[in-house]
Amino acid sequence: MNFETTIGLEVHVELKTNSKIFSPSPVQFGAESNANTNVIDWGYPGVLPTANKGVVEAGIKAATALHAEIEHETYFDRKNYFYPDNPKAYQITQHEKPIAHDGWIEIEVDGQKKKVGIEEMHIEEDAGKNTHENDYSYVDLNRQGTPLIEIVSKPEINSPAEAYAYCEALRQRIQFTGVSDVKMEEGSMRVDVNISIRPAGSDKFGVKTEMKNLNSFTYVKKSLEFEEQRQQRVLMSGGQVQQETRRFDEVSGQTILMRVKEGSDDYRYFPEPDVPAVSISDDWIKTVQKTIPEMPGSRRDRYVNEFGLTAYDAGVLTQTKEMSDFFDATVKEGADPKLTSNYLQGDVNAFLNENKVDLQDTKLTPTNLAGMIKMISDETISSKIAKKVFKAIMQGTEPVKWVNDKGLIQLSDPAKLQPIIDNVLDNNQQSIDDFKNGKDRAIGFLVGQIMKQTHGQANPKVVNKLLMTSLKAR
Amino acid sequence: MDFFNQDLTSLHSDLVAKKLSAAELTQATFANLKQTDAKIDSFLNLNEDEALAAAKALDAKGINADNVLAGIPVGVKDNIVTKNLTTTAASKMLENFVPVYNATVVDKMTQNDMIIVGKTNMDEFAMGGSTENSAFKVTKNPWDVSRVPGGSSGGSAAAVAAGIVPVAYGSDTGGSIRQPASFNGIVGMKPTYGRVSRWGLIAFGSSLDQIGPMTRTVKDNAAALNLIAGNDVHDGTSSEREVPDFTAGLTGDIKGMKIALPKEYMDDGIDPKVREVIKAAVKQFEDLGATVEEVSLPHSRYGVSAYYIIASSEASSNLQRFDGIRYGFRAKDVKNLEDVYVRSRSEGFGDEVKRRIMLGTFSLSAGYYDAYFHKAGQVRTMIINDFKKVFEDYDLIIGPTAPTPAFKIGDEISDPITMYMNDVLTIPVNLAGLPGMSIPAGFADGMPVGLQLIGNSFDESTLYKAGYAFEQATDFHQATPDLGGQH
Amino acid sequence: MAEERINAEQVAHVAGLAKLEFTPDQLETFTGQLEKIIGMFEELSQVDTEGIPVTSRVTDRHNALREDVAVKSDERAALLANAPETANGLIKVPAIIDESGDGE
Repeated sequence: MNFETTIGLEVHVELKTNSKIFSPSPVQFGAESNANTNVIDWGYPGVLPTANKGVVEAGIKAATALHAEIEHETYFDRKNYFYPDNPKAYQITQHEKPIAHDGWIEIEVDGQKKKVGIEEMHIEEDAGKNTHENDYSYVDLNRQGTPLIEIVSKPEINSPAEAYAYCEALRQRIQFTGVSDVKMEEGSMRVDVNISIRPAGSDKFGVKTEMKNLNSFTYVKKSLEFEEQRQQRVLMSGGQVQQETRRFDEVSGQTILMRVKEGSDDYRYFPEPDVPAVSISDDWIKTVQKTIPEMPGSRRDRYVNEFGLTAYDAGVLTQTKEMSDFFDATVKEGADPKLTSNYLQGDVNAFLNENKVDLQDTKLTPTNLAGMIKMISDETISSKIAKKVFKAIMQGTEPVKWVNDKGLIQLSDPAKLQPIIDNVLDNNQQSIDDFKNGKDRAIGFLVGQIMKQTHGQANPKVVNKLLMTSLKAR
Repeated sequence: MDFFNQDLTSLHSDLVAKKLSAAELTQATFANLKQTDAKIDSFLNLNEDEALAAAKALDAKGINADNVLAGIPVGVKDNIVTKNLTTTAASKMLENFVPVYNATVVDKMTQNDMIIVGKTNMDEFAMGGSTENSAFKVTKNPWDVSRVPGGSSGGSAAAVAAGIVPVAYGSDTGGSIRQPASFNGIVGMKPTYGRVSRWGLIAFGSSLDQIGPMTRTVKDNAAALNLIAGNDVHDGTSSEREVPDFTAGLTGDIKGMKIALPKEYMDDGIDPKVREVIKAAVKQFEDLGATVEEVSLPHSRYGVSAYYIIASSEASSNLQRFDGIRYGFRAKDVKNLEDVYVRSRSEGFGDEVKRRIMLGTFSLSAGYYDAYFHKAGQVRTMIINDFKKVFEDYDLIIGPTAPTPAFKIGDEISDPITMYMNDVLTIPVNLAGLPGMSIPAGFADGMPVGLQLIGNSFDESTLYKAGYAFEQATDFHQATPDLGGQH
Repeated sequence: MAEERINAEQVAHVAGLAKLEFTPDQLETFTGQLEKIIGMFEELSQVDTEGIPVTSRVTDRHNALREDVAVKSDERAALLANAPETANGLIKVPAIIDESGDGE
């Protein structure tokens, strides 16, 4: 029997605003417990939410990146449930009139491109954090009120590989808008998935199971693969899939039943009376859209057409906005695009991997990288010296002055090099003889001697040229 | 001393002329309070030390001659949070709760040198119309201590009526300022929704609640509204409209004013003696040169049902934060989280609050939302449209504030529906967000009867103007209960 | 409507949603009262609301939006002091038994 798989994703993305969505408390990762909280975040008696304009604008940006239709008249609803990390016992979210709906993003699996529809995107507040120890739970409300967007896909994802590609594409597009760091490891991107299968050709969706808060895109894929197989086994053996919430066990690679859902939860949604409706005019949308950074597709085209990079290189450089921005800034400082691309993908990337850091966490600046690359291009430094310079700029050192101070400037002046060459030749008659006898090896030895005398600063190209002329003249 | 013979203007001139110091006024207020309140139980918590210190500081600083409220003692309903002063909303849930911030209206009081005397009693979380739902004490009506003061702002109303304070602030979700004002023979204003910041008002029905002043005269009331009105960055629903001086235009001249009297407000459900008082008031307005014509508010009869669905639904959500985790009451010997929630809430809330939470939770729950909450929201629109239509042709609507004068303590408390029907005349005003004011209009069997004035959105000024003219032409506001003050 | 509007079982369900508990006696009283009140609510079904929009807010404000500026409060200590139980700057609560809870 053939089955068709239908996957739905609900992705939560934390927005990188200065203040929370309904309170002016700072949005900040890793602060002391409850330090970024006020009476609003604690749901004190008498407090009221005031909506953050920056969140609405971030929503407009994200919606634009998802090609979604922006709602001109949007408002908030209350979702009621008790939980210690939910201080008002209701979450302010959007249920009836989300800020955007009907979008799409393009994904690519095995070279095949496909558009996946976005059902809706809404803005809401995040909850605090509970930690559990022995018989107690401990609540930190720092995260309470952090703005989130939730992106709900249409049931158009048909394989775990597509789900993986969807996550990648979504993360990339959102990241390029600059509204979020979209980091799974810091929880600024969180993925819930649901999956059902049905006999091929059936027009009715199967019963779906869901898994919440998956830690990585790989787990999204693996858990869905497991679940797809499991559901097939259930149906093949004549059983029925139950509507349930399952958990992905990273060690065994299996999904484990957490609870069977009986009907839907009763969240008693109703319009939030404390926050007036938000009208979003076309003018406002246009103004905000003007501030959206260039999307990855457009950047890739530019890198290929303007800078002559390969499609592959352009793709690698636009994987993250950070890298792409860094590349653009370096090129803007006058660095050669090809060399810049090579350095970022080569030495810089190796450094990041080795030290397990993000580009923004290093001391490297586009100005310093460009400074070094320009010195390579105009042969002020040799590629050998460049290795030393690279180490220096990774420590935040300004390269031009450093190279000057250390006397590492490549020696290219024939007037300075010729006496050194003459001296080396005078002292190595045997090598001259070898050369005359057709032993090209001798050249290598002589160059080595010259480099030694110049402490490696001699420009190899110039040395080669002068040496050949001098040898022939002897 | 009591506040029966001096209005704010007169007190203010004494303070400015230094015939009276703020400290003396405060001391005298507390002295009277302790005697009088022993009989009516209008206050829950007193602020005596702080009040005296503030009054002395004010004396040292000097009274601002332009600020009629400087040095004036004020009572604050206990659902309005006061920093460092216990605020309970008359609930066991908040019995020992000390707020860490001030309501915006409280900041305005203190910044303008009003002297906060204490927190007044109320129905728990403002749910009720008799102040019998307080977890702590039953406030008595100063006109007859066997009767209720109305509610939910019953403590504020009784305190003003008994001459304990010249001004008290209350809150009104479905009539909680106007009905007790009516029962106590004082002036109570529920401003337009959004006129006054709700920041620091412990929410009951968020789309209905407003804070408003309760005073013995219309002019005092206008001055007390001047103080608290205006936009507040903490409250996104507070209006950005300019606030007029509500004491301006109190000339007594209302010639040509077009007044509407809804026939639904004078039907069989209204005590005939109350109707008589209102009929006399109509005559009075006509004598003053206004025209009074009968109109219809056809959907107002559905107001009670729509209101109890909407207000209870909002309340069920608003009161979920009282969960025993971050502040307030937590039940003893709780073993797990569910215990913390269920036992803290079941032990911390009184019956009426539980009833409203149940009603609201039911109205919002799956399968019932459309028939109840959604439907009520549509009926609300129709009630608003009824008012809009009337205000196309009229300046003002008048009618009774409550169907009856104050009833006996214990008479209605066991019958929720009878109790809810007390709000039938005040509720539509909240549903529409309009300003409404109750002023003394006469007596029925020795108990005060209030006249309700309903204005167009943000047109409190017309209410004050008409109320002032009526007050100048009558002497009901000068009547004082036998209990209280120097009586 | 002739049929029962709300029974004790439903009242118990709603109480569960609202995190309230009632003794059997209270449940009986409440069921009776709620039955009557909800019966009153049913008069709304007489109103023809076809095509009538819902009013959920009566504020005159639209786009009441705050600029995105962070303000750090100095309320942490006072807030923690008001909590029934705290530990190391965290709010302490007896264990959450149902791990799957409603929490997201």
